[in-house]
Amino acid sequence: MGRYVIRRLLQMIPVFIGTTLLIFLMVYALGDPVAALFGDKAPDPATVARIREDLHLDEPLWKQYLLYMGAIFQGDFGTAFNGQRVTELMASAFPVTLRLTIVAIAIEIVVGITLGVISGLKRGRPLDTGLLILTLVVISVPTFVSGYLLQFLLGVKWGWISPSVSSEARFDELILPGVVLALVSLAYVTRLSRTSIAENTRADYVRTAIAKGLPRRRVITRHLLRNSLIPVVTFIGADVGALMGGAIVTERIFNIHGVGYQLYQGILRNNSPTVVGFVTILVIVFLVANLLVDLLYAVLDPRIRYA
Amino acid sequence: MRGASHPTRRVACAIVVVLAATATACGGGGGDSGGGDGLLSSSWGDPQNPLEPANTNEVQGGKVLDMVFRGLKRYDPETGEARDMVAEKIETTDSQNFTITLKPGWTFSNGEKVTAKSFVDAWNYAAHVDNKQNNAPFFSDIVGYDDVHPESGAAKAKTMRGLVVKDERTFTVALKDKFSTWPDTLGYNAFMPLPQAFFTDHAAWLNKPVGNGPYTVDAYTKGSEMRLRRWDGYKGPDKARNAGVDLRVYTDNNTAYQDLISGNLDLVDDIPAQQLKNVESDLGDRYINQPALLIQTLVFPFYRSEWSRPGMEKVRIGISKAINREQITKQIYQNTRTPAKDWTSPALGDKGGYADTCGDACTYDAAEAKRLINEGGGLPGGRMTLTSNVDTGSHRQWMDAVCNSINNVLGRGPVCTVNPVGTFADFRNQVTGFRMAGPFRSGWQADYPLIQNFLEPLYYTGASANHGKFTNQRFDALVDRANAESDQAAAIKHFQDAEKILAAQMPAIPLWYQSGSAGYTERLSDVKLNQFSVPVYDQIKVG
Repeated sequence: MGRYVIRRLLQMIPVFIGTTLLIFLMVYALGDPVAALFGDKAPDPATVARIREDLHLDEPLWKQYLLYMGAIFQGDFGTAFNGQRVTELMASAFPVTLRLTIVAIAIEIVVGITLGVISGLKRGRPLDTGLLILTLVVISVPTFVSGYLLQFLLGVKWGWISPSVSSEARFDELILPGVVLALVSLAYVTRLSRTSIAENTRADYVRTAIAKGLPRRRVITRHLLRNSLIPVVTFIGADVGALMGGAIVTERIFNIHGVGYQLYQGILRNNSPTVVGFVTILVIVFLVANLLVDLLYAVLDPRIRYA
Repeated sequence: MRGASHPTRRVACAIVVVLAATATACGGGGGDSGGGDGLLSSSWGDPQNPLEPANTNEVQGGKVLDMVFRGLKRYDPETGEARDMVAEKIETTDSQNFTITLKPGWTFSNGEKVTAKSFVDAWNYAAHVDNKQNNAPFFSDIVGYDDVHPESGAAKAKTMRGLVVKDERTFTVALKDKFSTWPDTLGYNAFMPLPQAFFTDHAAWLNKPVGNGPYTVDAYTKGSEMRLRRWDGYKGPDKARNAGVDLRVYTDNNTAYQDLISGNLDLVDDIPAQQLKNVESDLGDRYINQPALLIQTLVFPFYRSEWSRPGMEKVRIGISKAINREQITKQIYQNTRTPAKDWTSPALGDKGGYADTCGDACTYDAAEAKRLINEGGGLPGGRMTLTSNVDTGSHRQWMDAVCNSINNVLGRGPVCTVNPVGTFADFRNQVTGFRMAGPFRSGWQADYPLIQNFLEPLYYTGASANHGKFTNQRFDALVDRANAESDQAAAIKHFQDAEKILAAQMPAIPLWYQSGSAGYTERLSDVKLNQFSVPVYDQIKVG
């Protein structure tokens, strides 16, 4: 187990370097960030030269990358153009997005797995077909449509909630954005757990458990569910990273000042320190989430061992 | 039983721990949307640069500076006229050397006196190349600017020779050339005074800017909210009529609009395009749509010989006449843009120099347009591309519409095509690098309500925003004459004569004037927009 974890951690290094380099190149390819600072006026050459020097933009790209990575390992993510440290932006943005992700994941787990189990146990019945159609609808509606629609109905028309989230972004305010963010993944979780449950209901160990005379509830939660959760856990684990990075649309609709907001601003203003810094952290989140998923397998299914 | 229940319990624990950790991080600070306390909330965008007067060149930061600062002059929110504010008098005999006297009694909100030094220090700071201020070129008219801000290399001096403090309330300014309307430029943000606190603890000042205006900054959470409160010690003539303003950052103006109509926000100063159809029924007379100092043009790259050779002016005018401005502004912009008739803005008013100078050349006439283009030798190579960034402002839609209009007029198939650029940064890169092959969009928001600001920076030879590299000796001569003229009306006359050269040469096609739009709740009254389409916050009454 220990060796497995170390090997996985070592594998992360090339992935980490590769992804950050790619992002660095992509942001660089978007154009010169300094030109946009001056709006519709021509940038003043002397001022531009100073800014470029400060940001190392006058160095060759490979050197910029090395300087940047060197600084990152010292915990220095640079400064955004509005004068704020990128680490400061992260400190304000990540907790907000983390809360949003937690709400979304919680909804996914509770609602998605429950619906999946019900659907899987009633395979082929009208309830199952109904749920399948419902998930198909949810998957095919883009986030911005469901987001604006729910915001309009619940926030503006019926006035149950405020259409936007305040700067504190408390948990109770994040429920609706969480639902919107969770919707698509929720449908996948339902479908995955349905298939898995439906497959396993005919497994030998389930038959044995029923034959032993165990109560139905216990058969489902302890035997059936536990073995059926492996693909679902894989999906949810990978989804943590996807949700954090993919919250751009949801955060924009509900005016949540999280990671998606900062990334959006960063891309719009071609602010490379912000974009590369945030994506770097997201890459780490993604890698760690995947590692945890792999480790969880052993917990769920003791037959899986890591050398 | 054994360890069977562990995984679920462990996961649950992890969630609770994270919940607890993040919950404490967000505690404190109850949200209030204003009540009967005279406060109002308004939509805001995150300023692009740190909030320093000489580093702020966009509307969102300018909005705050206008609440927190008062300069030598201030533009009347209704007429745009530059009126003395902190200045008692600005005197000159030769339109080149000015003596500025301040009114007594002005202070910053931290108690410091506003003196001649407050201005001179601020201006020297703004101009110095080491401070990397975006607005430094605004000081380039002053004698000694080149020493503190050389084209390259280190600065040779710390201060500009042209600025001299005479006594606590007087200082003199020497300009390099005659510039009669120079005092009228002093209402611009870059010219605001700064307290000593700015220089002694810069970082602290940036976190909570201190100025001499009707509001003080109560709390500033960068990227999300700024709370401004009325400063009761303010002695100026325009005391705030409300207790304060909470500026809230919105990433999406549509969300701000939803908040407005559900009573969660009091004032929105940018109505989203997709809501323009319902805004009248949603808000009635609480919707404002008013001309601003903003014009969109299509600039020709004069650095490409195929666009600038003699005789080409016929083609350029022909293209202008092939654009159906009325139809495009109505269908794409729901009349929040007005077809352009000159190169300035209706917000200047007739007295300020706005007139129908473009005349015929800006009127849609398909037959005449086709004739002119053919007479001038046709489009270079038989085709043209329009370029703009497409990340904001429905630019893609109008470019398609303009191209359609031109293609229909010429009747030769799709000879006009659109070259969409993904981001504003990339677009500006190409524009300032002079890499355009055909006409490209140029949006211009004036820094001060002067006709000079619509013409000189954009079309004077070698000027700062002359991105098409247009050059015309007669135009330059007329601008010089206008600047040397001490009589306002005569100066404007010269500028208008210069504009007639633009009509004959068509270096840039005026497309439309952009209006400012705003909406507000029933709690507010006396909401107005100034020429920069920013709400005049100090005049708004609550309740």
